[in-house]
Amino acid sequence: MAAGAASGGSARADTYKDARGWLLLPSWAVLGIFVLGPVCMMLIYSFLTKEFRGGVIWEFSLAAYDQFFFDRGLFGDEPPTIEWTYITIFWRSIWQAGAATLLSLVIGFPTAYFIATRPENVRPVWVFLITIPYWVNLLIRTVSMKFLLRDQGPLNDFLIGTGLIDSPIHIVNTNFAVQLGLFYSYLPFMVLPVYAAVERYNFSLSEAAADLYASKWTTLRRIVLPAVKPGVVAGCILVFVPSMGSFLAPDLLGGAKNFMIGSLIEEQFKGNAGNWPFGAAASMILLTMVLIILMFSARQQAKADKAGG
Amino acid sequence: MPGNKTDAIDVRNAVKRYGDFTALKRISLTIKDNEFFTLLGPSGCGKTTLLRMIAGFEDVTEGEILLYGDEIESLPPHLRPVNTVFQNYALFPHMTILDNVAFGLEMRGKTKAAARKRAGEMLELVQLSQFAARKPSQLSGGQQQRVALARALAPQPKVLLLDEPLSALDLKLRKAMQLELKHLQRETGITFIFVTHDQEEALTMSDRIAVMSAGEMQQLGSPTEIYERPRNMFVADFIGETNLLEVSVDEVRNGRAVCHLGGGHALTCNSVDGIGEGAKVHMSVRPERLFMSDVPVETESLKGRVAENIFVGTDISTLVDLAEGPQFIVRTSNSDRGNKRIFEPGSEIFVNMELGAGRLLMD
Repeated sequence: MAAGAASGGSARADTYKDARGWLLLPSWAVLGIFVLGPVCMMLIYSFLTKEFRGGVIWEFSLAAYDQFFFDRGLFGDEPPTIEWTYITIFWRSIWQAGAATLLSLVIGFPTAYFIATRPENVRPVWVFLITIPYWVNLLIRTVSMKFLLRDQGPLNDFLIGTGLIDSPIHIVNTNFAVQLGLFYSYLPFMVLPVYAAVERYNFSLSEAAADLYASKWTTLRRIVLPAVKPGVVAGCILVFVPSMGSFLAPDLLGGAKNFMIGSLIEEQFKGNAGNWPFGAAASMILLTMVLIILMFSARQQAKADKAGG
Repeated sequence: MPGNKTDAIDVRNAVKRYGDFTALKRISLTIKDNEFFTLLGPSGCGKTTLLRMIAGFEDVTEGEILLYGDEIESLPPHLRPVNTVFQNYALFPHMTILDNVAFGLEMRGKTKAAARKRAGEMLELVQLSQFAARKPSQLSGGQQQRVALARALAPQPKVLLLDEPLSALDLKLRKAMQLELKHLQRETGITFIFVTHDQEEALTMSDRIAVMSAGEMQQLGSPTEIYERPRNMFVADFIGETNLLEVSVDEVRNGRAVCHLGGGHALTCNSVDGIGEGAKVHMSVRPERLFMSDVPVETESLKGRVAENIFVGTDISTLVDLAEGPQFIVRTSNSDRGNKRIFEPGSEIFVNMELGAGRLLMD
């Protein structure tokens, strides 16, 4: 203690630094156990040999990736050609998730803007209202959606009742139903970050734009959107990423023709019919795709910032 | 009634209410073409509300606003040919300085190249050409201020509105900007409407000043008028330093009133209409209109004792207690020390006032 007092501040700073290192341990542990661990396990499993009743044999194999990308005929002895089945599913997933993200943005942005422009004391009430539906289990909500959208459901009844249409619109088991399902599943992930960004926005900038002869629409496009862009990007990522891997909405609302990558992976691990290495390989490919998309968007963002500054 | 085409702004019976609260109580005023006009008052007096009503950011509850004869009170802000310099500058943070200044020009239909060319000229005018490619956050407060000014002037508005634009600057920069603004106004010939709570700023820059308080206009006039002939207590007290004394009026004759101020002291001062004999009112006399001597030299001399001398740079303020009467502040300019004497605290002296320096006020 006496020595510590003599060397003064620097000793204390060192102690503080050490303690900070130790105090960070829980977060490293969480990252290790819940992020790095599972991903490594998936990576290892994707290079193992499948056991026919589920599970794996601990023997190195590239079969899972081979199955994903190449077609070698029914018995696996023909020369390899490109396997389009899974790539198509993959492409559909990107497309569906993208459409759901766009839908969330189109509905979520005005919602968030509306909430952020209410008086300060009622904003939390609106945010609260937005989150209420999400207290119900996702499965229940997705099934309810199916009931709402089906041919004899309330939506079609309403549209026929008002005379807008003569016969029900088939929505269930279409791509659009899946997009609606995904949109509904992840809408708050769009609304909340956008709301946070709009709330921080300095509205005197909008006044300045109006003062300089910009219409409302131009002000939104030229001034508001660039200012709240980080929130919008965060919202898009938060909706797009889970939508890509989602399986509930495509399973329940999309039917067999609108299979997405999430459902494909889910099937590989369900019951005894699955193929664990193949599921793991598909997961790794999904993960890689998402990482590439995120890196691309981060780079675009950095480029835009640099070009501006 | 059609408006006068030569008046920049004509505010007619404008009222602004927020629910039960009335922010502006039936204001009417005319601002002339090419005028540097100031709305002056303490915070909450309604001056900014009036400015925002002219800009179009606030609805007009009742009344009309005319811009060179055209009614504009129902137009949205982007259709009004006026521009604003905002108190916090409100520069667009994601755009360069040049693009900020070019924005209004582009919105008025200029091509990007033409807008940028003119924006460059505007930046030259405010001596910021070398910062054209920077972002607002990379500029100092004073520089941002000048960008805001260039941006608002670039589209050549018919009227420029300035909402306390200098309040965030330090004293020295503020003084420099006051002159720069005045010069810009003369060079461009654009009508300026300037909002401030700083009376000195208002006196320095304005052609005319409207003094406002509690949603009402207290007085409208040139800086000299407002300083030397304040109409009421509020104006006298708000503009500059003054001696405000409670007096009772003994006699009124030829615009002069003889009053006494307790302790047997009596004075003659300028009266105003509506004040009769026996009235108990206030009198205002500016400290620099008083001087001290050891023998009475003017007709209006009051006996007192020096309480304290306060050195304020260019002047010395002396507090003088009248025998059984009120306290006076006498200001002596340091450049005037040859003619006017300063006395040590405790000295028995006379406070002298030339005839007409004192003025009775309506409450």
